[in-house]
Amino acid sequence: MTIYGTAILSLSLLIGLSAGRLLGVLLGVDADIGGVGIAMILLIFSTDYMKRTGRLKVSTESGISFWGTIYVPVVVAMSASQNVRGALSGGVMASLAGALGVAVCFGLVALFVRLGRGKEKEGS
Amino acid sequence: MLLPVEKVLTSYSLVTAFAIVGVTMWISYTLSERVTQGRVHGSAIAILIGLILAYFGGLLTAGKQGIADVPMLSGMGLMGGAMLRDLAIVATAFGVRMEELREGGLMGVLSLFTGIFVSFAVGGAIAYAFGYRDAVSITTIGGGAATYIVGPVTGAGLGASSEVVALSVAAGLVKAILVMTLTPFLAKFMGLNNPRAAMIFGGLMGTNSGVMAGLAATDPKLVPYGAMTATFYTGLGCLLGPSFVFLIVKLIVPA
Repeated sequence: MTIYGTAILSLSLLIGLSAGRLLGVLLGVDADIGGVGIAMILLIFSTDYMKRTGRLKVSTESGISFWGTIYVPVVVAMSASQNVRGALSGGVMASLAGALGVAVCFGLVALFVRLGRGKEKEGS
Repeated sequence: MLLPVEKVLTSYSLVTAFAIVGVTMWISYTLSERVTQGRVHGSAIAILIGLILAYFGGLLTAGKQGIADVPMLSGMGLMGGAMLRDLAIVATAFGVRMEELREGGLMGVLSLFTGIFVSFAVGGAIAYAFGYRDAVSITTIGGGAATYIVGPVTGAGLGASSEVVALSVAAGLVKAILVMTLTPFLAKFMGLNNPRAAMIFGGLMGTNSGVMAGLAATDPKLVPYGAMTATFYTGLGCLLGPSFVFLIVKLIVPA
């Protein structure tokens, strides 16, 4: 049944978020540390296990993959509910702090991506 | 005359949101094909339209949730809120191979820490340049340059003034919006076309909404990899900001 897939997905998210919160508490911050990442790993492992044992039916898969395909529209709804006015009204300093940080990080991504490749070649 | 329709749209707000986002997607993909000949990805246009709608929503209602503050469109907030967003993003991990995550893992972790420290440093330097001389304000605004959650959490921990906290939120929002809109155009420059690069990107940028939308507009296949590292960013930033980073700032700027 389709709902089985959605339930596995939901359980992964709930367990992941709880673990992320717990990690936060252990480290003394009121924030979730990596909850979504942990949930992703849980989903990858559980579906992989089910696939190997032949328990992952096509209908179960569709209960997971539907939510993956709805991702871009969800992001569009997210962008439409951002506080854009707040961002634009923060003044020059706030805009500059945000923009310059982004600019530096874009450059660093380009650098790190190439660094990574260099290392890979040396290794192989 | 319109009142009954309005009532339906308001009480079925999530369904309204599905319909509106669907139409937006259709318009965006048509524009992408017909006007830009596929050069600008349809989802990039859709996200841009979303942000423009959000701006007008903010003007109209003076609220903080963009278009979702319009009662009829409150479903946009639910559809794009943390709950469905996280569910959808975890679902994108379905079909991801563990080896690819492991390959990018080390660079991902390195990017994560570099991204956090660089953002604090740049944001803090700007704050200093604009006349802030106390370590609390500098660290808080630096946190805003990390994400719009790290800023206020750091500020709350350190007891920053509400004006400074507001500035840090604004800085974080500017960052998120810039990452959303610029990523697809800078993807080639960054070499953002494989899982490893997406993990580096997620770690360095960190802003969840920015990374998720930016990657969706570039190549939806990269989304789970970027999300995997970005999901640790805000938590780590909240951990390091009021503690380690603050101590370093205090050493540099003795108040």
